[in-house]
Amino acid sequence: MNVHEFQAKSLFAQFGVPVPRGKEITSPDAATAWATELNTPVFVVKAQIHAGGRGKAGGVKITKDKAAVAGLAKELIGKTLVTHQTGPKGRQVHRLLMEEGANIAKELYLSLLVDRDTGWPTFIASTEGGMEIEEVAAHTPEKIIKEAIDPAVGFQGHNGRNVAFALGLQSLEPAVINPFVKMLENLYRLFMEKNAALVEINPLIITKEKTLVALDGKVSFDDNGLFKHEDVQEMRDLNEEEPLEIEAAANNLNYVKLDGNIGCMVNGAGLAMATMDVIKLAGSEPANFLDVGGGATKETVAAGFRILLKDPNVKGIFINIFGGIVRCERIAHGVIEAAKEVKITVPLVVRLQGTNADEGRKLLAESGLKLEVANDLWEAAQKIVKLTGKAA
Amino acid sequence: MSILVNKNTRVVVQGITGKEGSFHATQCKAYGTKMVAGVTPGKAGQEVEGIPVFNTVADAVKKTDCDTSLIFVPPPFCADAILEAADAGVKLIICITEGIPVNDMVKVKRALHGRDVRLIGPNCPGVITVDEAKIGIMPGFIHKKGIVGVVSRSGTLTYEAVHQLSILGLGETTCVGIGGDPVNGTGFVDVLPLFEKDPETQAIVMIGEIGGDAEEKAADFIKKNVKKPVISFIAGITAPPGRRMGHAGAIISGGKGTAVEKMKTLEAAGVTVVKNPAEIGAAVKQALGR
Repeated sequence: MNVHEFQAKSLFAQFGVPVPRGKEITSPDAATAWATELNTPVFVVKAQIHAGGRGKAGGVKITKDKAAVAGLAKELIGKTLVTHQTGPKGRQVHRLLMEEGANIAKELYLSLLVDRDTGWPTFIASTEGGMEIEEVAAHTPEKIIKEAIDPAVGFQGHNGRNVAFALGLQSLEPAVINPFVKMLENLYRLFMEKNAALVEINPLIITKEKTLVALDGKVSFDDNGLFKHEDVQEMRDLNEEEPLEIEAAANNLNYVKLDGNIGCMVNGAGLAMATMDVIKLAGSEPANFLDVGGGATKETVAAGFRILLKDPNVKGIFINIFGGIVRCERIAHGVIEAAKEVKITVPLVVRLQGTNADEGRKLLAESGLKLEVANDLWEAAQKIVKLTGKAA
Repeated sequence: MSILVNKNTRVVVQGITGKEGSFHATQCKAYGTKMVAGVTPGKAGQEVEGIPVFNTVADAVKKTDCDTSLIFVPPPFCADAILEAADAGVKLIICITEGIPVNDMVKVKRALHGRDVRLIGPNCPGVITVDEAKIGIMPGFIHKKGIVGVVSRSGTLTYEAVHQLSILGLGETTCVGIGGDPVNGTGFVDVLPLFEKDPETQAIVMIGEIGGDAEEKAADFIKKNVKKPVISFIAGITAPPGRRMGHAGAIISGGKGTAVEKMKTLEAAGVTVVKNPAEIGAAVKQALGR
């Protein structure tokens, strides 16, 4: 789960990581009121959406004029920002972060995540603050500093010093070395205590006043750890999520919307991905990823149908079930019942394999429903692509 | 011969009195697996399908000599359950549970490091040695005793591959599900050398997916150490970057972990990469010259 910058920064503040004074703003009036309270020479107004590249897309405004903040807030709220991470449709801005400006002397990059190779939480730092870390890694890998933290003992001072000296803080600004080490310790604590998946500060700045400030902040959380943290769950912003994905999650379905026109419904994540891939191989594009779980029932299949059919791009549906513990004839019953409940308006191909597959296919064939039955994965993919026409 | 588990493997099921635990313990027993004990704290003295239940894994080990644990404990308590099994002296821990917090697994992996114990999973279907022991949730009947070793990050996609191998008459030796989580106990590189050494295994099917670099590390290992033919399918060529595809570990992040990149690396290591998941079995047959 991702959260907004203002939420990430409030967590930083809670864990003793220095951030600019700032506040979430949702109206021009609130902007004016906060500007008066903030009383600073430079005001920064930042659109809050779950995507990077906001600055380039015009989502960050800076002014020295207190009277101008209301106008900037008015301009940004409701605006649709298109960045390299939002896709062409962009994302509408509902809230802003308004904070004091800073005197930047140097920009750094800092993040913390679990290195999948070692299974250890690992800091990544670079002197190339403000740039995308993937770009830095691709073009100047020598500028990437990594420091793994032994989870058995947690963060130690030397971990912080290793990063500080590797970044050259001694020559950049020795006064920030100790605060930097402390900052890493606090970020590690936040990461472990809150079950974060990623903590990123880009840029982390050294100010002309010789202090460290997290000028931007990004935190994403491990979905599997959310049950431990009510405060984090409350940060969820449904405006930032695809409505169909919210509906799917409410039905315990794992759904990701894509751009193609063949809707697919599959049991198991790996097989669901493989089904998407085989649709492409057969000459079309998948409209979604949908895993109905190991135990597909009439209810899950019906919910799956409803979600797939709400996507206007869907021109055909491909159900691919490998019956294991769940028997195919039960799934066939589920499909038949669900298809009666939900009016299926597009071609449907059902491929059943595994436990009692013959029986399941027979039930479907005799159901009187308008659908095609298949045994083999490739045969089924070709059928649905043929029925819907190839993608343009 | 086979790898990891066989007809002598003695299994304790942690979480045996739960819905999943009791169902699958029964299924495993019906397959012929030696299911000797179950554990649910506070339920010692009960039985599930004739399998005695103990309060602790330590008690189960003492009374039944179990050497392998199969875990169905819910996510909030699962890290504890894995460590309990390790502390009790169980040598192989197979964890089916999906949804364990990554940071819990970070600590578990660290705690097991250097100890004489192997963790498989979590978030996996388990391990089966055909006609000897089924320790997991896979449907036993799709398997057929044969010559192909299967290792996979997925569940139902593995069944798909196994089904093809069985239909073509090739059959399997052992099938190992290593699970879909980003931090797990056993990787491809741990299972590949076991198959390479196993005299009955003549070919290896490796099923990967987007996210992480387990396939890249496997490619490096195969290039240097594996003489048997390896046939691979990587799921997720159509998956968009930055989105989690069901499995917690199936995500392309920072441009890394794409299916195309993994396929290229595997091909360069001499692996037969199948683009169509419906052709996994046929590709194995061809690689074996049958």
